[in-house]
Amino acid sequence: MNEMKFAKKKLIMDEVSIKRALKRVAHEIVEKNRGAEDVALIGIKSRGIYLAHRLTKYIEEIEEKSVPVGILDVAFYRDDISKRPIPHHISKTEIPFDVSGKSIVLIDDVLFTGRTVRAALDAVMDFGRPANIQLAVLVDRGHRELPIRADFVGKNIPTSVDERVWVNLKEEDGVDSVDIREDIN
Amino acid sequence: MVLEKKNLLSIKDLKKEEIQYVLELAESFREVSTRDIKKIPTLRGRTIVNLFIEPSTRTRTSFELAAKRLSADVVNISAKGSSLVKGESLKDTAKTIEALGADAVIIRHSSAGAAIFFAENVKCKVINAGDGAHEHPTQALLDLYTIKEKLGRINDLNVGIIGDIAHSRVARSNISVLNKMGAKVTLIAPPTLIPVKIEAMGAEVAYDFDRVIGKFDVIYMLRIQTERQNESLFPSIREYAKLFGLNLERLKKAKKDVLIMHPGPMNRGIEISSEVADIPQTVAAEQVTNGLGIRMAVLYLLLGGGAVGEVAV
Repeated sequence: MNEMKFAKKKLIMDEVSIKRALKRVAHEIVEKNRGAEDVALIGIKSRGIYLAHRLTKYIEEIEEKSVPVGILDVAFYRDDISKRPIPHHISKTEIPFDVSGKSIVLIDDVLFTGRTVRAALDAVMDFGRPANIQLAVLVDRGHRELPIRADFVGKNIPTSVDERVWVNLKEEDGVDSVDIREDIN
Repeated sequence: MVLEKKNLLSIKDLKKEEIQYVLELAESFREVSTRDIKKIPTLRGRTIVNLFIEPSTRTRTSFELAAKRLSADVVNISAKGSSLVKGESLKDTAKTIEALGADAVIIRHSSAGAAIFFAENVKCKVINAGDGAHEHPTQALLDLYTIKEKLGRINDLNVGIIGDIAHSRVARSNISVLNKMGAKVTLIAPPTLIPVKIEAMGAEVAYDFDRVIGKFDVIYMLRIQTERQNESLFPSIREYAKLFGLNLERLKKAKKDVLIMHPGPMNRGIEISSEVADIPQTVAAEQVTNGLGIRMAVLYLLLGGGAVGEVAV
């Protein structure tokens, strides 16, 4: 159904460029935090979780120290909860470490309106009081509706509001790619 | 997923896949209760009325906590201290609650069908928290969740429900849901406590506990409603305890790892001996804990979502 609605496709990133971008982001996270001590990653479901696991692997390669990874489903925190149907699947939020005092890096695939990140910020705060919260995204496509920005960006992609950015990751989609589809309706 | 029915009046209102979704959601909500701040903003701004015309501790508290953990506003109304003692009819109570703008009413009443009647008179959502000997759907869901968590499945399990089947809404809701999910249910009680034609619900009936106890994966003990003893449904409490109570001696005949459940409140020394009540296999406390997650899931499903297709971003 979606294939029909968004007929035109333009490939923006492939497997190699996604890997390069994530490796750079891993370096930037380590650089900004002066190492990986007290850093923890929290992936926002579902693709943010896979990205978080990849990033922790890259950080381990750089620092020879792994950083803990948590997963977050922000469904219960969304501001449009009463406007959208209940999702078919809700992942269990698992944050297996104490967030208090840590530098938390939220990980998501696409940064768009900023509303998901707003919800994620509220959710993380309910687990404790982190020293700071940073944001890493694979794609920043603009059109923010809230004063939110990313600290680490894989790729900036200028888009029009009608376009859709599709991130495919091997773990869920069998292939690594980012493409833009134009809404032809 | 959007539930087909707008209310939860009977466990029969839920389709199999809806039940599975409730259990899955309950797992997510249970995590909330393990956090430092046990509250999520999901139902902020919604008003929920807890209308308990019949006494209850665990169900009322559980629903109240569930609603509060979802940030809803909760109003408790009990028969005592409300206009019901002044003779207000249930229908007028319904109209009043509706006029106050409640989004959902959770109702417990001593008459079967009260929740259905109530739902017919209000536009808001109605959840049945036990109506007479009819139904107690959230109890059945939390029992299902507990069994699945402890034994890993429901399908093909042998479940024995022992006790006052005739007066038990828990039994009715459980027979119904266990059947739907593929378990085999056997009811055990003195003949006077077995309603006629209960087999039509899809359960076997047995009168000799000792003879059948060995086959069960789950033993579900019901409370003997001592307040009904003046109806003399069996000769004496002592005789009942001897023939149908679960004690360590009788438990030796059961499967070694049988799961023992009780919806509470327990009568220690009657349907369950104090020793059995305290062994780790008896999961009455876990049932209560799981009830919270289940009720959060039910409230979220009924009150949380918008209409289908309203927003698609």
